Amino acid sequence: MSVLIRIPTPLRPLTNGQNEVQETGGNVREILDKLTAHYPGIGERILDEKGDVRRFINIYVNEEDIRFREGVQTALKEGDELSIIPAIAGGSR
Amino acid sequence: MSNPSASHRPSPEGTSPSAFLKGLKCRECGRLYDLAAIHVCDFCFGPLEVDYDYEAIRRVLTRDAIQKGPNSLWRYKHLLPVVNEPTIGLHAGMTPLLKADRLGKALGLKRLYIKNDTVNHPTLSFKDRVVAVAINRARELGFKTVACASTGNLANSVSAHAASAGMNCFVFIPHDLEAGKILGNLIYKPTVVAVKGNYDDVNRLCSEIGAEYPWAFVNINIRPYYAEGSKSMAFETAEQLGWRIPDQVVVPIASGSLLTKIWKGFQEFSSLGIVDAHPGLKVNGAQASGCSPVYQAFMAGRTQFVPVKPKTIAKSLAIGNPADGYYSLDVVGKSHGQVEAATDPEIVEGMVLLAETEGVFAETAGGVTVACLRKLAKKGAIRPDDLTVAYITGNGLKTMEALTGYLPEPVGIDPTLASFRKIVNPS
Repeated sequence: MSVLIRIPTPLRPLTNGQNEVQETGGNVREILDKLTAHYPGIGERILDEKGDVRRFINIYVNEEDIRFREGVQTALKEGDELSIIPAIAGGSR
Repeated sequence: MSNPSASHRPSPEGTSPSAFLKGLKCRECGRLYDLAAIHVCDFCFGPLEVDYDYEAIRRVLTRDAIQKGPNSLWRYKHLLPVVNEPTIGLHAGMTPLLKADRLGKALGLKRLYIKNDTVNHPTLSFKDRVVAVAINRARELGFKTVACASTGNLANSVSAHAASAGMNCFVFIPHDLEAGKILGNLIYKPTVVAVKGNYDDVNRLCSEIGAEYPWAFVNINIRPYYAEGSKSMAFETAEQLGWRIPDQVVVPIASGSLLTKIWKGFQEFSSLGIVDAHPGLKVNGAQASGCSPVYQAFMAGRTQFVPVKPKTIAKSLAIGNPADGYYSLDVVGKSHGQVEAATDPEIVEGMVLLAETEGVFAETAGGVTVACLRKLAKKGAIRPDDLTVAYITGNGLKTMEALTGYLPEPVGIDPTLASFRKIVNPS
């Protein structure tokens, strides 16, 4: 499956300035693996020492937080869009 | 990217760090950054916080210096992240700390106080504190446009402050907010964007918009400065209690920022010698049952929360994916406090109880705080003699829909003494 990935500003230096890239994979984990393979340095930024998504990063598939689905095992279909967004935003109380 | 061992560089915006501000620092990995409009660490995405020169502050900050300051949160300006003298939001803060004897009697608490931000200036919620700081800092950084993602109160405050500062303003809100909170934006003539989604949708969208538009999103790229305004709740509490830290505080949790900053404020005051340290302070959190990710994590003994889809009348607390949820759990845990949750009927009961005992009309979030305070007292987590402060953060006139059907109708009479005697009969 070909998926569009939106890259947050802090990671764009690692994607040659691109704010969107395409990768193929059947689920979020596969997409992240491809991303880290194609863009050296991005893996340690997104994933912690155990290989889990860092605490302060949220990943969305078509605007839905993957924690409401199957996390990194969330299945993807052709044309899906994946956003990587810093968790620290907002604050109403 | 900054090197953690490097010193802070001069700010590129031309605002040199003040005598008391060193820069920004990642709370997770410690990397250092300039005092710019950034909020997350380039490396680990952790939150950036203001790095103060506490030694310099210690040399000038005394109780006397504070008391000679203005009757607003700016009396604590040494511990707030603005470089120049503030010019906007000069009247926020210094709200009443009420000795709540009648509410205390109803709950079995002898030393209960209410920090009453229902009367904060200018928009009747604690948000006037954080926005006062954010708008001043945004102007220092050269921004002409301010924006925010909001559950209502923040948008009201940003709209009002932007109007008084003559700045352009965009506020983004969930489409289903209370009428009073929508009107409370429109009157100031900002661009109000009602997003078809919940607050978490609004917040995610604003993170993406903020990456494309050169605006000061007060709770995104200005967040490190904005959030610090909440510390003034703790500073005022300590001062108004006669320079002491209470035994217990009860704080509503939406993003969790207020709870963590109240804790930080007390810690700063004690570490600077303004008040005696009080290791026994317990910080308690209050959530609505219909949106209680922090409560659920606390009850399960987890250090990280699982996001939820909000469904509660306490719309100002309806954040299912709280940015400071992790740190809220950390503060509650290390202070040996607790987190409670209140159902919608309990929230209304809390609003009514506060009003009928103390004459304070709080919004739904205040109902959450009072309902959770009641539960904490009932189960003995707060003891009768504990010096306790409950934080009431917004005004009930903004959330009147929540009371529909809960209050009695007025007594209708004819305009005659006979009708009054017959129907009202106040014997």
